Amino acid sequence: MQRARRSPADRAFRPEGRGLRSLSIATVAAMALALGLVFFYAPLDAEQGFLQKIFYVHVPLAIVALSGFVVAALMAIAHLRTRDARWDMRSYVAIHMSLIFAVATLLTGSIWAKGSWGHWWVWNEPTLVSFLIVFLLYATYQPLRFSIEDPERQARYASVFAITAGAFVPMNFIAVRLSTAYLHPRVLGSTSNLPAKMAFTFAVSLLAMALLYATLCKYELTAKNARAQLRALRRLADRRAGVGEAAQAAAPRRRSAAPSLHAPATMTARAAGRPGA
Amino acid sequence: MTSLSVLGELPALPLHEAGKYVAGAYVVVFVLVLIYVAIMAVRLSRIERELGELLAREAAGAPDDDGQGSRHASSTPAEAGVGR
Repeated sequence: MQRARRSPADRAFRPEGRGLRSLSIATVAAMALALGLVFFYAPLDAEQGFLQKIFYVHVPLAIVALSGFVVAALMAIAHLRTRDARWDMRSYVAIHMSLIFAVATLLTGSIWAKGSWGHWWVWNEPTLVSFLIVFLLYATYQPLRFSIEDPERQARYASVFAITAGAFVPMNFIAVRLSTAYLHPRVLGSTSNLPAKMAFTFAVSLLAMALLYATLCKYELTAKNARAQLRALRRLADRRAGVGEAAQAAAPRRRSAAPSLHAPATMTARAAGRPGA
Repeated sequence: MTSLSVLGELPALPLHEAGKYVAGAYVVVFVLVLIYVAIMAVRLSRIERELGELLAREAAGAPDDDGQGSRHASSTPAEAGVGR
């Protein structure tokens, strides 16, 4: 049997929600397991005592947020290579979600600093300040997108930004590593210093946080895809109701920072029953 | 004296002191996720409402230029081939 070929219209609106249910279940299970391990399995830290439990949420948040920025850069490369709007959308969502995780990282870090050091923020600690710089850099991503009206140009410029800023993240990480201050606890590269129970709990917490990130990204992508489909449906209904293309084109277009998935012309024409579709 | 010079020598906080910080950190993450889910719920309800309006309009048969019902008034989104 010959396999049906996917039309451009089908490819444009490929469902993003596939696997969302199983991913959500895995996330909930991993989060529950991680919380159980943190509070009932991992031993108390000899120096920091109970306060060290913040480590299991703060560090995975930071790692996932920074990794998300790098992943967004890779997706932006894919967008520039293929000119496929879906890659721009994925890059946008990855950065958006990483920003939320970065806010959580900064807040949990501040709470930990207050409990551990007696200060909400320490300006001469390179890890803290460099993370804040990365966060502020990415905080300009949305205003950059919003400032460009043309969707094509917006997507292209945003991809260039995502790649440049994404390259900055590992460079920043290495620079902090090479700095001389070692007061901030080191995690990557020194996990062997952690007792086995702590290392295992940390690994599960990291996995749970990564799954949470992936689930929320997929959730957002699905919502954006559904919205784009709804817009296409509305345009189709307007056309059937006799609202001319000129009237549709004349309608004021709302400027948005979010990428837009456009239905290919063939789709709307085909669905409207016009020839040549 | 810089604050950093004493950071490494601070004693561990007792449980009743550290508990509020640990709870605070986990609650912050929980609240952020909750806010995000709430925003997504609002967006989802908006999509649902707009979809309902669109379906109602299609079912009623939107008037065309002649003031008559649409020729495709009985069409459903599934027939239109959208959203599959």
